[in-house]
Amino acid sequence: MATQNEVQEGLAEIVNEIAGIPVEDVQLDKSFTDDLDVDSLSMVEVVVAAEERFDVKIPDDEVKNLKTVGDAVNYILTNAA
Amino acid sequence: MTKPQIRPATGAQYSRIHGVGGYRPVRVIPNSEVLEWIDSSDEWIRTRSGIAERRWAGPEESVAEMSVQAAGKAIAQAGITPEQIGGVIVSTVSHLKQTPAIATEIAQRLGCGTAPAFDISAACAGFGYGLGLADGMVRGGNAEYVLVIGVERLSDLTDKSDRSTAFIFGDGAGAAIVGPSNTPGIGKLIWGSDGSQADVISQTQAWDTAFAKPDAINGQGEEQKWPALRMDGQPVFRWAVWEMAKVAQQALDAAGITADQLGAFIPHQANMRITDAMIKALKLPASVPVARDIAETGNTSAASIPLAMERMLESGEAHSGDLALIIGFGAGLVYAAAVVTLP
Repeated sequence: MATQNEVQEGLAEIVNEIAGIPVEDVQLDKSFTDDLDVDSLSMVEVVVAAEERFDVKIPDDEVKNLKTVGDAVNYILTNAA
Repeated sequence: MTKPQIRPATGAQYSRIHGVGGYRPVRVIPNSEVLEWIDSSDEWIRTRSGIAERRWAGPEESVAEMSVQAAGKAIAQAGITPEQIGGVIVSTVSHLKQTPAIATEIAQRLGCGTAPAFDISAACAGFGYGLGLADGMVRGGNAEYVLVIGVERLSDLTDKSDRSTAFIFGDGAGAAIVGPSNTPGIGKLIWGSDGSQADVISQTQAWDTAFAKPDAINGQGEEQKWPALRMDGQPVFRWAVWEMAKVAQQALDAAGITADQLGAFIPHQANMRITDAMIKALKLPASVPVARDIAETGNTSAASIPLAMERMLESGEAHSGDLALIIGFGAGLVYAAAVVTLP
């Protein structure tokens, strides 16, 4: 089972790869759209990459609730297989 | 008494695309014009869709007129006469007069005699659906040559106040002639539908619902609103990229072709972001040229694949005889993919 740090680091690598955001900027309180400039389509790419990496299902209806990096980390920690 | 036996129809062993042609409306709508209707920016539209401009049809550029123009070019490239065409299939979701099928008028105007002519509705997968039907007709012995047309006037179904779709759609027609071949020119079609996602891309309301509403002038009831196309971007993006990458791979596998053997990848021109993400998901080698007609044409649904194919052949990005992977996907949801030999 991944720790919060591991999930945050993994997510930061994904966001870096997809949106070119520096890894150190991907902090728990950051909003994907407002702070990190991850648009709605890039968010889908992040979600699909996260699903694969953390063995978790993130349904389309859930994606809109993941506003901050912290929301995504919590969702993954709670729902990962 | 022996039971009488029906003599079966016999067709060609193989089929291929003999010619392709397109028609692009005269009027160019640059992003700057779209910005008169929606609160957005040129950069926002380009980064979200890859679209710089699209073509919108004028009053004279009807579904039939654009189809006849595109078909004329495909017939010329195929080197056949219209009388040799034994079937006309028109895929469209934006011919607003349902009856009769517009295919019959197109067949008549082209001089296709009494060729069977009919419309199909498979949205952005329509060209692939038509190609599959044509391939079956040619190999089944029910036609020697079949004309497949994808044609749309999506501007007629565009809500200019909808920020998420106003910049996407364009108009145009693309046509292909499918006929007999000595070698296989159309691989197995991988096609299907998923009605559980019917709502993610659809017309806002049925025509009877729209007409049933009293108009605002009466000051009563709901305002009458012309139906338009709407879509739910995130679910469409996820399905179009990752599910369609699997379908594209199945089409390659069914044809016994590997991605590095392709001379072109021609996905439905839905959105440049979908194309880019699909290339990654498919692990397409960088050496394969990719259709990017959407930048100047917008999303023309059923017309997009033949239009993009024509452009790639005319620009020299792809060549006659090359293998191309085509994949269409859209409202339904529906999809169709195949490996074809370029005409």
